[in-house]
Amino acid sequence: MTIDRISGIVLLVLAGYIAFETRVLPFGTHKVPGPGYLPFLLASILGILGILLIVVKEKSSALRSLKWPEGLHAAAIVGCCFFATFFIEVLGYRVTMIIVLGFLFGVVERMKIWWALGLTLGLTLGSYWVFNDLLMVILPRGGFGI
Amino acid sequence: MAETVQNLLLGFSTAFLPGNLFYAFMGCLIGTMVGVLPGVGPLAGISLLLPSTFGLDPTAGLILLAGVFYGAMYGGSTTSILMRIPGEAASVMTCIDGYALALKGRAGAALAIAAIGSYVAGTFSVVGLMFLAPPLARFALRFGPPEYFSLLALGLLVLGYMTGGSMIKNLAMIALGLLLGMIGIDHMSGYFRFSYGIVALGDGIGVVPVAVGLFGIAEILATAGNPVRPEVLKPKFKDLLPSRQELRDSVMPIGRGTVLGFLIGIIPGSAHIISTFISYAVERRVSKHPEKFGQGAIEGVAGPESANNAASCGALVPMLALGVPTGPVPAVLLAALMVHGISPGPLFIKEQPVIFWGLIASMYVGNLVLLLLNLPLVGIFVNFLRIPYRILYPMILMFCIIGVYAVNTSFVDVGIMSIMGLLGYLLRKFDFETAPVVLGVVLAPIIEMSLRQSLAMSNGSYAIFYQRPISAAFLTGAVIMILLALKPLIRKGMDSKWREALTKAEKD
Repeated sequence: MTIDRISGIVLLVLAGYIAFETRVLPFGTHKVPGPGYLPFLLASILGILGILLIVVKEKSSALRSLKWPEGLHAAAIVGCCFFATFFIEVLGYRVTMIIVLGFLFGVVERMKIWWALGLTLGLTLGSYWVFNDLLMVILPRGGFGI
Repeated sequence: MAETVQNLLLGFSTAFLPGNLFYAFMGCLIGTMVGVLPGVGPLAGISLLLPSTFGLDPTAGLILLAGVFYGAMYGGSTTSILMRIPGEAASVMTCIDGYALALKGRAGAALAIAAIGSYVAGTFSVVGLMFLAPPLARFALRFGPPEYFSLLALGLLVLGYMTGGSMIKNLAMIALGLLLGMIGIDHMSGYFRFSYGIVALGDGIGVVPVAVGLFGIAEILATAGNPVRPEVLKPKFKDLLPSRQELRDSVMPIGRGTVLGFLIGIIPGSAHIISTFISYAVERRVSKHPEKFGQGAIEGVAGPESANNAASCGALVPMLALGVPTGPVPAVLLAALMVHGISPGPLFIKEQPVIFWGLIASMYVGNLVLLLLNLPLVGIFVNFLRIPYRILYPMILMFCIIGVYAVNTSFVDVGIMSIMGLLGYLLRKFDFETAPVVLGVVLAPIIEMSLRQSLAMSNGSYAIFYQRPISAAFLTGAVIMILLALKPLIRKGMDSKWREALTKAEKD
């Protein structure tokens, strides 16, 4: 199985899902297209392109040739992104960033504790000062007001 | 002509205001740093600084962001020459002869020629922008919804073709981008689409979280595990002066690179990257000593560096005159203008002369600032490359979160950025290009509105698109693009060599 074939299948499934989701939107007519008109058209195009990817033989690597040497780092970073999403307004910018940066420097990169602590606090408080105080970009304080 | 001079004087009176000069300087400085750091491209830089422009007046904000854009183009050459790592994709060609020159002890001269070439190209292409954008905007006043739809369809197809990689995949990414751009309230009927009860998605998904996710976060995800950093060659200040022969050899390549870059920059797609390939190929072909290329030919630095800076200026022509961005960076600049309540398009130059001409004048000033900044401070910028990546990427992540959150003070945007980052990472793994997604998101509302208005005008007949001459001309171009795209699918090995080279460079 090549990566193009897999991609084609994913696109086809996605197109089917989008087309299914547009059922709740009025399609309208050609004269007065509704909110579901173009999404359905685009989902159809996406589906056709998915089929083309499956059928047409372009140069494509085998799926098993894909290597994920950065996988653990990537998973940790994605985890941090989602943590920030859910907690930035609950805990506030500074607490959230201390946790995120502390985790990345201390746990993922295994820096010495003083280095990790110094960088985490320096970057968090420094960026808060620059953006919130100097550039007047409002950053969240969270439920604790910090 | 007199009107242009008068307008330019108005622009300079705006650009020389102390505040605007300061923002031009800051933009250039930050842009150069952004360009020097591998993994932080101009797009991420502009997106991150976008929130800090909210408190500024629109002219100052745009001057700051434009400074970051062309500053990053300058900065990208530094890593190419000193480390053989392109700071951004447009500097790939500079690596070849730039690094070879550095190994010969001519790193300073290569950096100086890159800076001079970029300065000349930047300055002359601003002249091109100045003379081309206003007449183009006047011409675009004749456009109705069918013309806009055909123009955008052509633009997206050209983007798909010019981006490199598989055309089928590029078209799929355009469709995906357009679909993502349709999330939120439908402006014509008030229906919520694909928002799954999340009220914050009513306004749609913004271009900034999408762009930062697909380019900034995805880049971190793909590179965070790479521990090795090659050695950095540090030039001495006294070596920065190129020899008389090197200067003589660079004059024509800079001129050719400027013209090529500006013209290619107007075309949608990876114009700034393509322009460097074409410039390098042209220089090699016209050179009396083509065998020197790859061994440290100064023409191989002068041409591509001029071309990529001219292309970034050329890319602003359709954005400012038509309101149509040709790549992700102009798309974010467009979003920045819209945040300030300004819609670029045919009436922009007429209705907002202070902003347009202020931007033009500030680009002249910015180019000079960059020349003065880049050469003496190259030693300082080089030190940024010594920051270990394990310290750098958490910092980049932090700036991404700040930048995205601050646009709407919404955690939903941070979530969109996270999802887009993961999506961008997977798309890269599966050899998809992500630039078409960003363009799709930006253009979706305009393309949908113009399609629906056109069909309403024609009582549902698609014939309206080829019955109107301007629209028919755009559609003809679109058909040609489709035929060009089909060529390699019908017969193997029929794809253009430059597309294959582009694909390879983007993968590298």
